[in-house]
Order: sequence, then structure tokens, then C-alpha cells
Amino acid sequence: MNTKVLVAPSPHVHSGDSIQKNMYGVVFAMLPALLFSFFYFGLGALVVTLTAVASCYLFEFLIQKYILKTEVTINDGSALITGILLAFNVPSNLPIWIIMIGALVAIGIGKMTFGGLGNNVFNPALVGRVFLLISFPVQMTSWPVSKGLTSGYIDVETGATPLAIIKEGLKSGQSLSSLMDKIPSNMDMFLGNMGGSMGEIAGAALVLGLIYMLIRKIITWHIPVAVIGSVAILTGILHMADPEAYAGPVFHILTGGLLLGAIFMATDYVTSPMSNKGMIIYGVGIGVLTVVIRVFGAYPEGVSFAILIMNAFVPLINVYVKPKRFGEKRK
Amino acid sequence: MLKTFSIGGIHPAENKLSAESAIQALPIPQMVSIPISQHIGAPATAIVKKGDEVKVGQLIAKSSGFVSANIHSSVSGAVFKLDDIMDASGFRRTSIIIKVDGDEWLEHIDRSEELVKDIKASKEEIIKQVGDAGIVGLGGATFPAHVKLSVPPGKTAEVLIINAVECEPYLTSDHRIMLEKGDEVLVGTQILMKALEVNKAIIGIENNKPDAIAHLTKLAANYNGIEICPLKTQYPQGGEKQLISATIKREVPSGALPIEVGAVVQNVGTAYAVYEAVQKNKPLFERVATVTGKSLKNPSNWMFRIGTPVKDIIEAAGGMPEDTGKIVGGGPMMGKALSSIDVPLTKGSSGLLLLPKEETARKATKACIRCGKCVSVCPMGLEPYLLMVCADKKDYERLEKDAVMDCIECGSCSFTCPAHRPLLDYIRLGKGKVAQIMRARK
Amino acid sequence: MSIIAITILALCAIGVTAAIILYFVAQKFKVYEDPRIDEVEEALPAANCGGCGYPGCRGFAEALVKADDISNFNCPVGGAAVMSHVGALLGHEVKAADPTVAVVRCNGTCENRPKTNQYDGAASCSIAASLYSGETGCQHGCLGLGECVEACNFDAMYMDEETGLPVIIEDKCVSCGACVKACPNNIIELRKKGPKSRRIFVSCVNKDKGAVAKKACNVACIGCRKCEKECPFDAITVENNLAYIDYNKCKLCRKCVVVCPTNAIHELNFPPRKEKPAAKPDAKTVKPATAKTEVKDAPKAEPKANDSKEETSDNK
Repeated sequence: MNTKVLVAPSPHVHSGDSIQKNMYGVVFAMLPALLFSFFYFGLGALVVTLTAVASCYLFEFLIQKYILKTEVTINDGSALITGILLAFNVPSNLPIWIIMIGALVAIGIGKMTFGGLGNNVFNPALVGRVFLLISFPVQMTSWPVSKGLTSGYIDVETGATPLAIIKEGLKSGQSLSSLMDKIPSNMDMFLGNMGGSMGEIAGAALVLGLIYMLIRKIITWHIPVAVIGSVAILTGILHMADPEAYAGPVFHILTGGLLLGAIFMATDYVTSPMSNKGMIIYGVGIGVLTVVIRVFGAYPEGVSFAILIMNAFVPLINVYVKPKRFGEKRK
Repeated sequence: MLKTFSIGGIHPAENKLSAESAIQALPIPQMVSIPISQHIGAPATAIVKKGDEVKVGQLIAKSSGFVSANIHSSVSGAVFKLDDIMDASGFRRTSIIIKVDGDEWLEHIDRSEELVKDIKASKEEIIKQVGDAGIVGLGGATFPAHVKLSVPPGKTAEVLIINAVECEPYLTSDHRIMLEKGDEVLVGTQILMKALEVNKAIIGIENNKPDAIAHLTKLAANYNGIEICPLKTQYPQGGEKQLISATIKREVPSGALPIEVGAVVQNVGTAYAVYEAVQKNKPLFERVATVTGKSLKNPSNWMFRIGTPVKDIIEAAGGMPEDTGKIVGGGPMMGKALSSIDVPLTKGSSGLLLLPKEETARKATKACIRCGKCVSVCPMGLEPYLLMVCADKKDYERLEKDAVMDCIECGSCSFTCPAHRPLLDYIRLGKGKVAQIMRARK
Repeated sequence: MSIIAITILALCAIGVTAAIILYFVAQKFKVYEDPRIDEVEEALPAANCGGCGYPGCRGFAEALVKADDISNFNCPVGGAAVMSHVGALLGHEVKAADPTVAVVRCNGTCENRPKTNQYDGAASCSIAASLYSGETGCQHGCLGLGECVEACNFDAMYMDEETGLPVIIEDKCVSCGACVKACPNNIIELRKKGPKSRRIFVSCVNKDKGAVAKKACNVACIGCRKCEKECPFDAITVENNLAYIDYNKCKLCRKCVVVCPTNAIHELNFPPRKEKPAAKPDAKTVKPATAKTEVKDAPKAEPKANDSKEETSDNK
């Protein structure tokens, strides 16, 4: 034997799982929604996605290579996810320069200032998104109306999201039932036929991605179910208390990127709790905050803020919520 | 829905390559090296010296305490020397090296193949005989068997659980014993039941061994109080606490022994060894091991004499494959990597696994992405990611608080980690340090 | 305009009120602390290395102020200068402690100690040491994973890639002992720095029998006792097949270095030996050619012929 035998502590085999496999699995799960947005918003969606992904890669590379001077890890696929998620969270007619600023904030401030993948407290794509939302409110909230594949990029007709229609309508004193006529039907919303950010409209495609990730065991059911469940219960109670003032649970689940948030953004490995119990607490927190912001807050939608707020609680949840130990005395 | 344990667990590729290969007797080598420490507890004290003539089955090292075990010669011949040699533990330790001359057994050992069903020995005689025969837990932990049979005062055993799950991938020695020595295993189980004064025994077998389940279920009809319990294939079901949870749905409290919930667990190989010791007067000087690996010519199961060098069993299975990267004593999940093929096989050698380099070499460690997979697979409900960080940062207080001592070192966390972090390496280190601190406090 | 004025005035008022409250609260809750603690802490090097055995310099300062006799205390970083300064502050006599330095007692380079297997576990000496006896036939020597280097707070160590052994940069070593604690095989020892940094030590910790040790490593101490017999000052003892030189007894005569059959005894920072004993160098005037800081190549090129004439070449 010419080569020396290896000696290492057990275990001597590995599942073969890797960060890349998980990351590209998530990307694969996002494909249906991505393809749908290309189909629905046309050229604009393609330009926005490519810009977002390319700038995320570029900024990660530049920061790791020239500022932090560490190993460049752009191959792990996390920049790709951040890029696609950022694109999912913006309207398809957003100018390129704004997207690049968003990518810089997402990667630079959202991720690298904390030390890169694994150390960030907040979901990078959401940091970028919220930064843009606050800095460029006009561009970020003028959603193009779909003209199918032939839709242009910048000069497009714009409209409002269902959530915004309801919020504005209620504010101006109209009743909910009269507003309901102005928004698409539930089926239309589930299939994605409404105004909104690129990735948030196609409920069906997002659920397809969720099913794929659950089968591949990339994520567990805890967070999506907790988020959607708590939103459904809370809005259900409100709706039953006063159907004229509060929209029903189906409407809330299908609009405003709740599915996108619950499936792809709240489940981000780095910024979600480690234990199943913790994940449920975190998910319920997101659900409750989303409803509170949507119903009582100034913004029509609250998923992004709710996730960011709960991200901040994750370290605390990890410290205080322990998994059930084997042999622990049951109370 | 088949039974399994309550939390965590993984399902690595089973790779039971040698399941079809019947147990063969390995030729006796020219020289055996028998370490005086093949068990958990105090090393035995050698009672032979250079030049002494010994026979097969003769006591050559005496148990040196309650938690210790006798060691018998596995060959006949003359003691060549007592020396410190590298053994499977990875350290140089005292061994009795015997030059083989013929194969002369002690006369009182019954060498016939005939099944002796009638248990004549009393409870006390059984425990004494098990201790005298130097029987240790043959699953790999090598805890002296007579200690487990001596139920501490104030506690009572309710059920005996026979560990026949063989949850480690690759290994098939227990599987073959069940198929070929089914009756002996069941008599051995009855002997253990008598020693523990219980009238119920459960043999837990994973359902990836349907032939063994069918065979033993058929045979068990002739024995009182033995139940065969098929289990879902899930690692680490062979862990004592996991097996108890799977079979009788009781959780052993943290830091306590299985007797706390009225259970005693013994390995199926141990049951066979107990049968041989009590019914045939044969001390533990040979056992069955699997020699296996994907590149190996002939993965197979062998009955070997303790002290046989590892290289002999590799030769018997077709020689060392070219691409061998690691030689593991035991299974791939909890086995110990050997640094040389000259080390002797011992009582704890349940298998020998030759892993190709690309299958076993570790990949570069990446940053933790906090995916929580280690937490969800941990069968003890611990947080491996946290324990690793605390062990690395030497925060032993927090390690203790977060129950590092509960870790059973099954390796599920390291196996699963997508960032290839050496979680168990650090947890084991921290566990050792915390154990030291706890001992010092007493 | 008036808004600005009101704002400024209001802020000033708040500031003043808060300051007054703070002043009284600070008076009320003042904790008396011996002012000397601050003084002593000021005098200490602020390295917070823990080499003194106390948690940081502040902890050491507190202990010093409390103690009646500080002769047993030593700051390894600051050495005699700092301790005498502290002594002056506290009004104690301080006897200068001999300065010490960390020494790596293993010369098992890749060449001298061939590897028999390859370690593939986590890069930590403690983990490797608890797993098995190491990559080579020697189960006592350096494991080469650099836990000592990691422990060093003063950048005084690095791993030599060629030899696979840690190297101590003498000028930077403050002898805090962090590496000594970090090494699971107890290879590193704090030894007296010696006059002009000249030291002699056994660069091996192998307790195996001679034949086993020699087989594993070309430069292992084989416990032959030649040095023990040779030493005129009884400074060398051989226990468990391993020689040890007591640095308090050693007079740096270098006789042992010559007789060692495996070159396991190293001498550091001595002037090169001359072939002819007649040209005996005077230690008072001749300085070491180059202050060698690297342990490993010291003994190799030493001519064996030379002997006792060198005995006086130290400046004792």
C-alpha cells in the first residue's frame, strides 16, 4: 500500500449533503414562480432577475476578494438565492440602478457586515427590499399591469396590488364588499393573475416549490405552516367579528407576498431558529406581526417587516427554546 | 406503522454486502496478540509469563475489579512475550503475545454442535459463569456482561431486551448469528432471563432483515416469554436508550441506566456467547466479525480467534483493495479507524470495514449555515451545533448545562451536516472535559 | 427663530438636570476601591494573558494589593522590571525572578519521524490526542495541528510547514504559559532563558523503550543514560526511558550534547564550536554569531569531536 491510511474520529461516512445541494435545491424550488413571472411580466422580469442575480454575485465577489480578503465562496449558491429573492420582491419595472443598490445593501449590509453566510441576523434579500421600499417608495410600489410575454420593461402601464386597493379603499371610507369587486377572484389570485412584485403573485407556483422542498427535506413544514396558519386564524377571527372592515383569511394568504415570505424567506436557514419548537414560535410571530401591520399599520403589506422583526428574535429563541430532550421528564 | 425510537435518527445507506455469506472459521494464525484491556473498565491483570504453555480457553489475565473482565487464551501454544503493542484503541497497550502450537482445547469445554436446551445453572451460577467466561457486550461497547446482569439493590428488572437491530450500515455478523444459531440465541436469551429473574424478553430486529425476523419468530414459538419485535430501520436504533424507547416506549432519564425503567439490554451476540459459556463451558475467546467494503473482493462473515491480526481477516476476504482509504474497526458510524493492519482483533471487533478513500475522506469544513439539521436528527434531542461551539470555546459550564453528557456519540449530526462540520469530534472532546470536571467535583 | 432658541435652552436644561442627578447618584453609590489597584494595574503590561494565574491584569493587580508578600507573584510578560516597579509601588522588596521562555521539546520533523498514517479529523491537537497516538510511530511527540500556536496571544509562535513543528519566536515569547496548557502531549515547557539566551534541553518527550522510540523517530531520546553519566553537575535524570535536564542545576557545559547518540539534546544560541580546542572563545567578548531563534537545526551541524574545553564558555 503506497498511500497512508486515513485516521479520523467516527463517523466515517457522510450523507453527501452539502450547502450547495441545499441552496440549488431552493433555487430549483423557486423556478416555477420565476418562470411564471417571466411569462406574466415579460422582458421586465427577465431584466430585473438577471440584474439582481448578477449584482449579488458581483458584490459578494468584490467584498470577499478585496475588502474582507477572505476565501471567495460565491459558488455556494447563496448569492443566487439572494438575487432571485430580491428580484421576487420588487416590481418588474424597477430601474436597473435601483436594483443594484438593493443588491449592494442586501449583500453588503445584509450579509457581509455580519461575516458572510451563516452569520447574518437578517434575511439579506429582505434587508435589500426594505431598504429600497423606504428609499424609493414610488418606484417600489408602482406595479406593472401584465401584458403577457410581450410586456415591455420600463414604459408600462401600472396598477395597484389587491392589498393596496383594500387598504386605500377602507381608508377612504368605502365598505369592504364594494371593494371586493375591484380585486381579482380568489382563483385568479392563487394562479397569479393580479398586480404585485415579481415573485409574490403566483401562489400556485410557490406552493409547488414548497412541496418540492418538503420532499427533498430541504426545509421542514414548521415555519410555512405556522406562518400561514396563524395568519389564517387571526384574520379569520377578525373577519368573523366584522366582515365589512376586515378581509377574510383566503384573501390575506393569497396576497401581499405572504406565501413567498412563508415559503422562501422565513425559511432561510441562517435567519430562522434551529429547533422545531423555535420554528413554530418564530412562524407564529411572523403571522401575527404580518396581520397587525396589514390591518392596523400604515403599510398595506407587512410580511417583510414581520420577518425582519422576527429575525431579530431568532438568537433569543435559540437560547430559550430548547428541543425536547430524550428522557426529559414530562410535566 | 413499525415501531422506532421517539426523536431524531437518520437512515444511512445500509450496504449490507455480506448478508448472504455464511459464517466461516478463520484459520488460526501463527501468533496472536491478546490485549489485556478489551473491555470498558479496569484492564485485566496478566497471570501468565513468558514461556508459559497455554491451552485454548485457559485464563491468561484475571479481572481486576468489579467492572473488568477475564481474558482467556484463544489458542494453544507458548507465551512468547508480554509487550506494549498498538491495539485497536489507537494506543500502545499491554498485550499477551502467544506463539501458536496446535489447537489443544481445555478438556471441560464441550465442543459438540448439539443444542443444550435445559438450563441447569441457578441465577447466581449463571452470573458467575458469565463473569468467569469474560463475556462483554459484543455490540461494540464491550461493557462487562456480568455487571449488567447484577441488578443493583432496590431496582428490579422487568424486561430483557435483546439488541438484534444491527443498525450500523455494512455489518452483518449479528444477522448471520440469528440465521445460523437461532436456537442457541434463544436459549442464551432464556439464560439471561433466568439471571435477571424476568419472564419477558423482547428481541428487537430492524425490518431490513426479514429472513432473521421470520426465522426467529418461528423458533420463538418453542420458548416461553420471548417476543420478536420488528422495528423500522433507523439509525441509531442499536443505542441502548433508543432501543428501549423503540420496543417498550419508555425513555431512560438523562444520566440514568436502563434499569431505571426496568429494562436490561444485551446484544444478540452476547446472548450467543452466554449460551456457549453456560451450556458449553466455553469462555469468550472467539466471536463473529464481518469483513466488508465496497471494493473488497469477498465481503464475508468470519468466526475468528481473539488476538488474530487484522490483516489475516482482510486476506481471507480477498486482500486489501487498492483504493482503501480507511480501515475501520466496527461500523462506519461508530467504529474506530485503525492506524495499522497489524493490530489484533478483540472481543469488541464486530466488523472490519475497508472504506474507499473517496467515500470516507472528509470534505473541507464550511461555515455553519444554521440549517438546524443536526438538531432535528439528534436522537437525544441535543443541539450539536451549539455544543460544538461551546467545546471549541472551552465553555464547559454551558456544555454541561446543555446536556453534553447525554450525547451517545452516534454521529448522526456529523453525518448529516451539509457544511461538513466535525460536530461530533468537538462534542466528544467537550464531553471528555466535562466528565473530568464532574469527576473532580465529586 | 424662537423655536431654535427654545430647543437649545430646553436641551441645556435637561442636560444640567441630568448632570446634577448623576453627580448625586454617583456620590451615593460610590464603591471604595484601593487606589493602589489602579496604580498597579497601570504598571502591568495590560496583556491580559493570564500567565500569572489570575484573570487578566486587573485581577492580578487586586491580588497583588491584597497580598502581604508578593515574592511568589510573577508577571511573566513584564518580568523583573515590572515586578520591581510594582514592588516599589506597594512598598515590598522584590527579588528578580529568572526570566523563562517556552521551549518545544520535540524534534520529530517529517524527516526524522516518518508518518505511518494520515489524520483526517478536526484540526485540533486535543481531538487527535484523545483519538489515538498520532500520525507517526511516536505516541508522545508533537501532533502538529497547531493548538499551541492558536493559544498564543503574542504572535510568538508559528508552525513550520517544512518540519510540521511549532517554532517559538524567542523575542516575542513572554512565557505566559498558554501554549504549555494548550498542548495535550505536554511537549512545551517553560525553561530558564539562560544567560545570553543560552539553553540546553532534551528535545524529546518519548517515554517508550529505546528500541521503540528509535524506530519511531531518528532523534528520540532512547534513555541510554550516557548524558546522565557524563553530566558533572547531576543535572540530568533519566526516568521512564527519558532524560530530563534540570535547568537550575545545568551549568551549560554542553558535554551531554556531545555524547547523545541520537542528537536529542539541543543547545541554543551558543557560539559555533571550533575544531581546535586551542582557540577557545571567550564568552565575555565573543558574541553568538547569530541569535538563533529556531530550535530545530541547532544540533545537526555540531561537530562531535569537541568536548570539555567548552565547559567554561558560558559566563557563569
